[in-house]
Amino acid sequence: MKSATEDQNRRLLRARDAMDRGFTRPLDVPALARIALMSPAHFSRQFRATFGETPHRYLQRRRIERACAKLRDTDASVTEIALEVGFDSLGTFSRTFTSLIGRSPTRYRAEATPLRAPVCFVKAWTRPTDAV
Amino acid sequence: MFTGISIHTVFVLDQEEAIDFYVGKLGFEVVEDVDLGFMRWLTVSAPGKPDRRIHLEVPGPPSHSDETAAAVRDLLTKGALGATIFTTDDCRGTFKRLSDLGVEFTEEPTEQPYGIDCALRDPFGNHIRITQPTA
Repeated sequence: MKSATEDQNRRLLRARDAMDRGFTRPLDVPALARIALMSPAHFSRQFRATFGETPHRYLQRRRIERACAKLRDTDASVTEIALEVGFDSLGTFSRTFTSLIGRSPTRYRAEATPLRAPVCFVKAWTRPTDAV
Repeated sequence: MFTGISIHTVFVLDQEEAIDFYVGKLGFEVVEDVDLGFMRWLTVSAPGKPDRRIHLEVPGPPSHSDETAAAVRDLLTKGALGATIFTTDDCRGTFKRLSDLGVEFTEEPTEQPYGIDCALRDPFGNHIRITQPTA
């Protein structure tokens, strides 16, 4: 019933879902490629062709989106949040955050308000796009 | 004045596979399953709640051109056709039961300001969220 492209879309989506679930873990392209039933090099190319960005970029946006939620909804420190969403260092987190959001984590927190919508929509619609 | 939402379409690639999933795994009920010749009218609802149905529709001609159907199928399998949210009185129990049936979860049960919820994909790529609202 499914065309080859549709079947491949679904396998890539399965791998992207795995990244969504395990976003705190380091990017593991070989593991994701196994979920999508393709070689790592083919996976990275096809992921980009299908979703418009590299797996690395998707994971970064996913992590920063979660960091925004934690900055909005919790009292955890910026350092704690950086580690909780999968960054090894505060420096890398702050640089990535600022380049995607256009504000520092501290300033984002000061200006943020709670978002009243089911989480999957918040997650999808607050995922940052390119650098402001 | 409007009185409710009765039916909305969820696109699927195969209606038999959709029944296996929505009825066989999720536990929904078939409300209507009629071969109209030009289409199979297939709706499901939560058990005992036939007033609120989902029409499981396969995109294709003559309703859609081949090109449009292909575009819908492409978006569907990329997970880009939106989400549907179901309510439950036991999110964690439902998660456990469906996990044991091999359902593909995208998110484990998580406490939210509005209750407990988790999320899954249907076999085609539709996103489904299961919420246990705060009592």
